[in-house]
Amino acid sequence: MCLSIPAKILEINGQQGKASVGGSVFDIGLQLVENVKVGDYVLVHTGFALEKINEEEALLTIRLLDELSEHSNIEP
Amino acid sequence: MKYIDEYRDKRAVFSLIESIRKISKKKVRLMEVCGGHTMAIHRYGIHSLLPENIELISGPGCPVCVTSQVYIDKIIEYAKMPGKIITIYGDLLRVPGTQSTLDQEKTKGCDIRIVQSSLDSIKIAEENKTKEIIFPAIGFETTTPATAIALLEAKKKGLCNFFVASAHKIMPPVMEVLIRDNSEIDGYIGPGHVSTIAGSKIYDKLVSDFGISIVVSGFEPIDILQSIYMLVKQIESNEPCVAIQYTRAVTHDGNLKAQQIVSEVFEPVTDTWRGLGKIEKSGLKLNAGFSSFDANKHFPVHIEEKPEPANCLCGQILRGINKPTDCKLFAHSCTPEMPIGACMVSPEGTCAAYYQYRNLLNRDPRVPETDIQ
Ligand code: SF4
Repeated sequence: MCLSIPAKILEINGQQGKASVGGSVFDIGLQLVENVKVGDYVLVHTGFALEKINEEEALLTIRLLDELSEHSNIEP
Repeated sequence: MKYIDEYRDKRAVFSLIESIRKISKKKVRLMEVCGGHTMAIHRYGIHSLLPENIELISGPGCPVCVTSQVYIDKIIEYAKMPGKIITIYGDLLRVPGTQSTLDQEKTKGCDIRIVQSSLDSIKIAEENKTKEIIFPAIGFETTTPATAIALLEAKKKGLCNFFVASAHKIMPPVMEVLIRDNSEIDGYIGPGHVSTIAGSKIYDKLVSDFGISIVVSGFEPIDILQSIYMLVKQIESNEPCVAIQYTRAVTHDGNLKAQQIVSEVFEPVTDTWRGLGKIEKSGLKLNAGFSSFDANKHFPVHIEEKPEPANCLCGQILRGINKPTDCKLFAHSCTPEMPIGACMVSPEGTCAAYYQYRNLLNRDPRVPETDIQ
C-alpha cells in the first residue's frame, strides 16, 4: 500500500494521463501535480501521480555515490 | 529501469557498507515506519549486511496492519446491509475481523469490489444509482489525497449514493507514542512517500522534543543504506536532525497542492490502531462540509470491541518490542495463506516480510528446512 513507483508520462488529457512502468501502460490522475509534461517521471500511488521526480537531485545522489565508490577499496 | 537500477548498483552498496562500518561505534536501534521499507530491507537482506551493533526494527508502517479489528467488523456489517456495494483496495480483503474477513463475506454473496483508485468508486456510484456505495478509505498521508479527490469529485457531481468510511491515519503522532513507549529507538528511517506528500517538516517537532535522529529515505537498497549511514553519522556525533536522503522525491515542505486538497476535506480525530490502541489526533475524519458523505454518520452500527487473537504478538511487533520469530504462531498456524494477525496479511506487514524472506534471516530453528526456498 505504501508503494509508489517511478512512471514515465506518455500522454496528458487535462487531469488524466497515461504513464508507463517497465513496458506496461496505465491511467493516472494528475490532480496532485503541477507543470508536468510528457516525458516527465512521476511517482504513482493508487492511481495518482504523487509528485514529479526531481531529475537534478537524482543525478546529484548518483554522483555522490560514484565518488564514494571511487574512494572505496572494496571489490564487490 | 530509470530511477531504479541506479540505486541497486553493487559497487555503491559495498562502499556504503564499508563507510557505515568505519563510522559506527555505538550500539544503535533504528526503526523503519513504512511497510515499503520493511519489505525492501528484507528483500535485499540489509540486516545481514550491517555491523552487529546496528539493529533494524520495524514499526507500525503498514496501513493494513494497523487497521483495527473493530473497523473491519464495521465494514463487514455494511457489506451485509441490503443495497450496498463496498469498493476496497485489494489489500483489505483478507484482513481478519473478529469472526470473518471481507473475502469470506464476498464468497457468501456480499457485493464487494476491488478498486485500483478512489475514482473507480465514483464511477461505480454513477453506474449504480439505486445502490449505496461505501469506500473504506485506509492509508497514511500518501493515500489520503486520493480519497480527498474522490470526495471533491462526488461533491462536484452531486452524488448522493457515495460514502467514505475513513480510517486514514497520520504518522507523527504514532512516532511520538513509540518514542515515549520504547525510548530505545535512536533513530527513524523516515517514510519516503508519506513525506513526498506531507514534507519532512512533519518530523521537526519530534527532533526538537525528543532529540531523535530522522532521515527520510527512498526504497532502493542504496537509498536505505545511505539513510542508515546518515543516521549513524548523526547519532555518533550527537547531532540529531531531520535530514532527507530521498531528495529526488521529498522536500521540507512537501506537496502543498496535495496538503491543500486534504485539508479541504478532512480534520484530525482520535483513532484506534490495531495493537496500539487509541492515539490522540492520529486519524482523519470528514469535516462538516463533507459530512453528508460520511458512512459513519449515515449508517450507524454498534460494534463491540473484542480482544485480539490470543498469542498474536502484532501489538508488540508494531512497537518494535518483539520480532515475528518471537511469536509461537509464526510460520506454524499463522502464514500468509492463513493469516491470524494483520501483520501477516499484507506483503508489507512485518510478519509477512519475515516469512517471505525467512531464508535470509539468522536461521530460525522452528522453520523447517524444506520450507526454505
Ligand atoms: S506471526 Fe501471525 S500471530 Fe504471530 S504476531 Fe505475526 S501476525 Fe500475529
